[in-house]
Amino acid sequence: MTSLETPRLSAEQAAPQSRALRLVRILLPIVVLAAGIALWELVVRLNHIPPYVLPAPVAVFRTLITDWPVLSRSLLTTLVTTLEGFVAAAIGGIALALLFNQSKWLEYSLFPYAVILQVTPVIAIAPLLLIYLPQQTAVVVCAWIVGFFPVLSNTTLGLNSVDRNLAGLFQLYGASRMQTLRYLKLPSALPFMLGGLRIAGGLSLIGAVVAEIAAGSAGAGSGLAYRIAESGYRLNIPRMFAALLLLSAAGIVIYGLLALTSHLVLRRWHESALGKEN
Amino acid sequence: MAEPAASPESYSGTSGLAVSLRGVTKVYDSGVMALGPLDLDVRQGEFVSLLGPSGCGKSTALRLIAGLNTPTSGSVRVSHRADQTRAGYSIGFVFQEPTLMPWANVRENVRLPLKLARAPVADANAHVNEALMQAGLSEFAQAYPRELSGGMKMRVSLARALVTDPDILLMDEPFAALDEITRFRLNNDLLSLWRNLRKTVIFVTHSVFESVYLSQRVVVMTPRPGRLGAEIRIDVPERGEDFRTSAEYAAYCREVSHALTPLQSGQPGS
Repeated sequence: MTSLETPRLSAEQAAPQSRALRLVRILLPIVVLAAGIALWELVVRLNHIPPYVLPAPVAVFRTLITDWPVLSRSLLTTLVTTLEGFVAAAIGGIALALLFNQSKWLEYSLFPYAVILQVTPVIAIAPLLLIYLPQQTAVVVCAWIVGFFPVLSNTTLGLNSVDRNLAGLFQLYGASRMQTLRYLKLPSALPFMLGGLRIAGGLSLIGAVVAEIAAGSAGAGSGLAYRIAESGYRLNIPRMFAALLLLSAAGIVIYGLLALTSHLVLRRWHESALGKEN
Repeated sequence: MAEPAASPESYSGTSGLAVSLRGVTKVYDSGVMALGPLDLDVRQGEFVSLLGPSGCGKSTALRLIAGLNTPTSGSVRVSHRADQTRAGYSIGFVFQEPTLMPWANVRENVRLPLKLARAPVADANAHVNEALMQAGLSEFAQAYPRELSGGMKMRVSLARALVTDPDILLMDEPFAALDEITRFRLNNDLLSLWRNLRKTVIFVTHSVFESVYLSQRVVVMTPRPGRLGAEIRIDVPERGEDFRTSAEYAAYCREVSHALTPLQSGQPGS
């Protein structure tokens, strides 16, 4: 795509109240968070709650720092699993959607099984996978199973939502199958595909965590979810909270990165990425 | 849908006819008889309007000529230049909506037909620039469709239809969604394009005034199924704002309206 800087007049003229509103929308959640943490700290201190029942936020942060060598290694393990599952889900989902789009027969034969794979709870599949596959592979497969369906169904929806008149135009000019796919169907499906990927990112993390928990008793795993389970057995509650905090942060970062990618790719033309002034 | 638009038979245009329909009918899968039987001849270089109420099959007729649909029976003949093999090459189609690719800028949208035909890039660039100029879009080549007004989008659609230098321009109520001021301007621009480029234009509209203003011949179609109702020749060589306000124009409009009226009676509104 070539780039062009259009004059953003309305952005310049944006009323000050809209900027204030944006500031409020950023500040409010932060204030709520700070108040919540303060309240939590206060409740724990005033009631002298022992850390193995409910650790105070300060204790959690202290654990996060002292246990960082252990936790960071676990975080890396979980992130790698999530990334592998996500990439596999993205490639598998998009490739399968393209295949389905090219051949109705294939779609009719396979789509029901994609649905079955999706509706069967992954937590129930994970123990079986752990029996038949090496642990690391099983964990990635779990992340893939939960991640790939939203990519598949969204991409399929996108490929089928091509503007009818544009399709007619391509037909009029004698476009080949490949040209129609490349110049019409893929760009039309892109916003849907990116939406699917955004969901898949979060789900891959969930899949990885579920599989790690299921694998936990088997021992060798060292992801964050495994740390949570392990710390639970040892009544190391502050470390459970610290690991949970890292998982949440990882989820937020994954979502943020995918949302940003989607915005950057679509900002030139798609409604979802345009400012209100347009 | 991968195949080039196939159906219209081609013959070399020695007879001076650009398009010839004989006994053409179209029955849709739902069993609705949309068209015909319809006979229609359009001479090369002629500007013909198909006029009729919604649902009278005029758009269907246009799609049959373009080869986007195949007739249930009858023959559709479209003349081709000898040096052009693909049906799509000699026909330009302007849809009711601008039908632009929102992800591509104006230049890329106009370039599309050439890209699909795998035309050499340098060659294509020249054609694209020319088409942009003809449609008055040279300054907007880098803009995206969403940044353009309805009238400008329609110009892009027109430029895209012109970029292959087609012999026949098929237009399906192209200006119906535009405001009157913009429509008048586009009408004038279309007329001057037609005068300069000498294309055959088949223009579908439901506006009596537009059809009289633009065309050499108004073909009035009857609704359900679409047939030829009446034909009115508009023998006016000079068109412009003077013509639009003349008594002659009003008389033609009255004549076309009268041709349209009896066809309407007894028909449910559509």
